[in-house]
Amino acid sequence: MGRAILLDKVNIPGIRAFEVYRAHGGYKPVDKGLREMTAAQVQQEVIKSGLRGRGGAGFPTGLKWSFLDRKSDKPRYLVCNADESEPGTFKDRYLMEKLPHLLIEGLILSSYALGVKTCYIYIRGEFKYLVGILETAIREAKKNNYLGERILGTDFSLEIYVHPGAGAYICGEETALLESLEGKRGNPRIKPPFPAYKGVYDCPTVVNNVETLATVAPIISMGGETYAGIGTGKSTGTKLISACGNINKPGVYEIEMGLPTEDFIYSEEYCGGMKNDRMLKAVIPGGSSVPILPADLILNTAKGQPRLITYESLSEGEFESGSMLGSGGFIVFDEDACIVRNTWNLTRFYRHESCGQCSPCREGTGWMEKILYRIEHGQGRMSDIDLLVRIAKNIEGNTICPLGDAAAWPVASAIRHFRGEFEAHINVPCTMYNGQMKEERAL
Amino acid sequence: MFKITIDNILIEVEEGTTILQAARMIGGKVVPPAMCYYTGLKGSGGKCRSCLVKVAKGSAKDPRPMPKLVASCSTPVQDGMVVENTTSAEVQEARKGVVEFLLINHPLDCPVCDQAGECDLQDLSYGFGMEETNTREPRREYPVVDIGPLIKLHMNRCIHCYRCVLAAEQLTKKRAHGMLYRGDTMEISTFIQTAIDNDFSGNMIDVCPVGALTDKTFRFKSRVWFLNPMNAHRECSKCSGKVTAWMFGNEIYRITGRKDQFGEVEEFICNECRFEKKDINDWVIDGPRKIKRQSVISSNHYEELKKGSIIHPIEGTTEPQE
Repeated sequence: MGRAILLDKVNIPGIRAFEVYRAHGGYKPVDKGLREMTAAQVQQEVIKSGLRGRGGAGFPTGLKWSFLDRKSDKPRYLVCNADESEPGTFKDRYLMEKLPHLLIEGLILSSYALGVKTCYIYIRGEFKYLVGILETAIREAKKNNYLGERILGTDFSLEIYVHPGAGAYICGEETALLESLEGKRGNPRIKPPFPAYKGVYDCPTVVNNVETLATVAPIISMGGETYAGIGTGKSTGTKLISACGNINKPGVYEIEMGLPTEDFIYSEEYCGGMKNDRMLKAVIPGGSSVPILPADLILNTAKGQPRLITYESLSEGEFESGSMLGSGGFIVFDEDACIVRNTWNLTRFYRHESCGQCSPCREGTGWMEKILYRIEHGQGRMSDIDLLVRIAKNIEGNTICPLGDAAAWPVASAIRHFRGEFEAHINVPCTMYNGQMKEERAL
Repeated sequence: MFKITIDNILIEVEEGTTILQAARMIGGKVVPPAMCYYTGLKGSGGKCRSCLVKVAKGSAKDPRPMPKLVASCSTPVQDGMVVENTTSAEVQEARKGVVEFLLINHPLDCPVCDQAGECDLQDLSYGFGMEETNTREPRREYPVVDIGPLIKLHMNRCIHCYRCVLAAEQLTKKRAHGMLYRGDTMEISTFIQTAIDNDFSGNMIDVCPVGALTDKTFRFKSRVWFLNPMNAHRECSKCSGKVTAWMFGNEIYRITGRKDQFGEVEEFICNECRFEKKDINDWVIDGPRKIKRQSVISSNHYEELKKGSIIHPIEGTTEPQE
């Protein structure tokens, strides 16, 4: 088993309770950080660790923190983005459900480093059962003087509030999240200004993913340099990967950055190989928004090097032959899976979740979905395939927020790597299509 | 003052100006089209993406180009910025795509639309659109919603620019309508079917770039290009009383705000002026209104006819016609 940094305590019975967590070395990083280090030192350790955002974009966390407007006399906020709604990604849910105190630790240390007095956890509306778990953890921490006024006798005070969303994928985009947190319609804001200057209630705000913030606690306990020693190159530390699809052991795994994808899929330690010994067909390596890769390109890069689970290796070859680490939602397809049907399904999701604010995304996602629906049901035309590529190209990069890109990449990459399958669907309905339309729709 | 280059034309503008405003100061072909941005409405812009431009050089300090095309209406200028609009093939291609997206669900019912002739979407598609359509999907249709006695809502024509929502929010005392739902099913509607009833609600018609919101008192009365736009004014306790009266002979067919060359009204007017004062005796007529926009309503420049000049044929639609 690889080194477990985040999930090392996950199998201890009753670990959700404060006493058990404390007895197993919990809250030691907070003691160390608040008592022995200054806020600047805590931030320095995070910069040294080379930690990169785990929510999808992979932006260096220390750098993001350094952008925060510290000259402003307005209060500063830290917002924890727990609106994990990406199809295929379920790592944050697991982390919050099993180890709520780890997240609280990370929030206390990050708030201390940023000089924040109020912190929000914006949690996905469908994770309603987690709200109670987190609020219990917050209550316990407060009772033991790890939250509230003058934490551990220092001058530092912090309140954490849990705010459930109302079921919109787009609220995982940081500015839409802030709008939603303010009680408005969850429309992404037009940047600039960035949240570091004008975030929630027009105050300087840092928005980070659950896993990113939780990782701050082990970084403080082991030191930034030690953490940076794990992993390879600019991808340091460990990453939670949520594996699903046609594999023997789906689940959340903590891996050290730099693990070859082949080992991840076939070793007994992780996914345990393909289910029923079928052939591997394709993998979406980072949640539904990233480009899909066929079997040969997920195992080896176009240059013939083994593909590793790191930010750099997965994106090697750009969009021609690469993908992205994204949020770590590892979706595996076997030889029986229909790529056209899968692409249509994903596009249907993005059509439903587009906020509708900007034209390319609002109209483009709907258009792609209608075309893919036709192709899937044997009503396509050969010219539709090139049309899809053109629509995807026109959406990509021309929208307010990254949802447009996220909708365009799966379609563009599926056609790039599996064009033959799309062509076979023209005139012949999908073998997975049983001849009956589930919904009454005009084609 | 910041120096900025747009399509190889250097201009000096004040700090805080957006690229679009700077381009409008130059005027002519370099002005990107704007479907959702409206100078008089705070928070407008950035949504339609038809004003996308390429920033080839970020600023004098940081000369890196911006990685993506940016919305010129909401991007402030930096000193030494180099912007490409008509000179960039990438921008032209992206704009073509945006026009296509705006049109795939638009009913294209211009022959029966009151907005025809003064419609921003018509101008945009003539200027930048493709000649043929690639879509064969059914177009989006909405159920008909009655939003009051004065304004007609045609949701099928809407391009979701948010201008009317912002106008209602910023000009009237209480906003009674907004965006419902999301994605491509998003629609403008009144909250729980309450009628829009406010002294300044009529300005929603003026800010609407398409025929989604039209004047019920003018509905199907005439095509706009048969009418003569005249500057008119009256004493009004609620607004400035400065309007454009659209006349046929001595009859006033409709009243709108005075729109400039970019289709934006100079001053918002009240509903009393707009809907109730349709008699010529209510108004002092100041004279013909010069309209610099490129569409067919420019053809009624009878003032120029008097001088003996000819009406210019409409060509090169991005060129403003004097």
